[in-house]
Amino acid sequence: MSTRSALALAIAFAGAATLAAQSPRFGVGRPPTPDEVRGLGAAIAPDGGGLPEGSGTVAEGRTLYAARCASCHGPNGEGGGVGAALVGGKGTLATARPLKTVGSFWPHATTVWDYVNRAMPFNQPGLLKPEEVYAVVAYILNLNGIIAEDVVMNASTLPTVKMPNRDGFVADPRPDVGLTNPRKPKP
Amino acid sequence: MLGGGFLAQRQKLLAWDTPGKLGAPLGPYGERSPFEKAVRWHRDSKTPETGSCFTPLQASVGTITPSSLHYERHHSGIPTIDPSQHRLVIHGMVDRPISLTMAEIQRLPSITRTLVLECGGNSAGEWAARTGPDVQRSYGLVSCSEWTGVPLATLLAEVGVQRTASWVIAEGADACRMERSVPLSKALENSLLAYGQNGEMIRPSQGYPLRLINPGWEGNTNVKWLHSLKLTNQPYMARDETSKYSDLMPDGKARIFTYQMEAKSVITFPSGGQTLPGIGLYELSGLAWSGKGKIERVEITIDGGRSWVAAQLQEPRLPIALTRFRMPWRFDGREAVIASRAIDETGYVQPSREDLVAARGGNSIYHFNGTKFWRVQADGTVTNVDA
Repeated sequence: MSTRSALALAIAFAGAATLAAQSPRFGVGRPPTPDEVRGLGAAIAPDGGGLPEGSGTVAEGRTLYAARCASCHGPNGEGGGVGAALVGGKGTLATARPLKTVGSFWPHATTVWDYVNRAMPFNQPGLLKPEEVYAVVAYILNLNGIIAEDVVMNASTLPTVKMPNRDGFVADPRPDVGLTNPRKPKP
Repeated sequence: MLGGGFLAQRQKLLAWDTPGKLGAPLGPYGERSPFEKAVRWHRDSKTPETGSCFTPLQASVGTITPSSLHYERHHSGIPTIDPSQHRLVIHGMVDRPISLTMAEIQRLPSITRTLVLECGGNSAGEWAARTGPDVQRSYGLVSCSEWTGVPLATLLAEVGVQRTASWVIAEGADACRMERSVPLSKALENSLLAYGQNGEMIRPSQGYPLRLINPGWEGNTNVKWLHSLKLTNQPYMARDETSKYSDLMPDGKARIFTYQMEAKSVITFPSGGQTLPGIGLYELSGLAWSGKGKIERVEITIDGGRSWVAAQLQEPRLPIALTRFRMPWRFDGREAVIASRAIDETGYVQPSREDLVAARGGNSIYHFNGTKFWRVQADGTVTNVDA
């Protein structure tokens, strides 16, 4: 081995040693601020994880609903030209005309809280205070006969609400069609 | 006598040609010819910030969808985001939660993939045979782009995912902060944090400046305007994975987390609303795709499904991407009922509408991937076969 190639090899090894000593991480970013974690990704888990303090009653929700929700979802949650029906549909899921509402279809009350909080009212999403969200969710659950008039919704009570269609969901079994020798498609 | 010289030699051959007149000057950002009119279609809505618009597949050539014609589905409008102010926060069950700028994300090693994107609700009308009159309105919630970005696995390694984590909750910065739960296994397998589309930054309507791309999975999981990824030990049962984007079966139970898009194809020429100008030889053409890999074969019928023959496939066939198929076809002036069916590399055969309805009923809404028949009438007009 010539001196020159030995030197090249030594340099190559030195380079490899330097690379190996480097962290495998890129070191990008900084720790998020508490505001960033609160403001971005404030999702609510089915077990209630992420629910804020505060509480709301059915009566408070009734007033709020009339002011902020009824114009789209109808005076009694029956749905309107813009907003979906929030009540009704019980017993329709296995019929030719299923009506999928909070009462007939939604499996978790926490989802109602999470969705109202992030997306409602449609034209001003994200402006309701936690107490207002608890109240309007309480009212919608009460409209569906799921909770009584005097039940208060908060971070402890909401996750314990048993939704009527809690067990109405199944895992994806596909491929269920199209695996072998399909029937000849007919127009 | 200038007019009697050079210009006299330039004969005006075509209507648009004006001898002696220069063309338009160069511009900073290109536009298509004013003679090209294909646009997306969307229904009138009382809330125009929500809804969907459909790609004009009948006018498409090749396999890439122009960014400006990519289908859209929005839930609360398109936000205007200054990328210098945008951040992605990765938090939850991780050792080192981080907040990243776009510049930091774009500094990381990137990859580029051509991928089809299809709305889970594409062709929803076909379940009931109430269909749009053309390929755009019935199959147009599908598009194909070249996406560039950072594998999500790179950043998950960066933050150190804790052993207890099994899901990633992805949230967008649109007004309704749309969110979806994505299994960690998918995130580690091939999810992409995309900032590029078709050679430039993603369009605002497609998620500018950052979009989660989940190859082969329904469009809704490809969260636009991505600003948060939260590692958790459970799915969050978001509205858009329970109330919506779940598939209701005849027994009243709904299939949940139906992420995978299966093989599908449709003939784009001739298709509903088009007219063949006369008897003669044509090239029948269409698009096939599968969320599970490459298209292996496309078969075409011109006799209403009695016989099927293999079409030519445009190479290269990329996995989870639109594949163009073609077949020479002589229209002899007699009615023909035509359709295509795709077979992907897993051996899955695109089913008929009848087989889908037999297995899943008519209330599913999502994941319709049945064969699509067009009727070429004796006079050359093409209609939906159910019209």
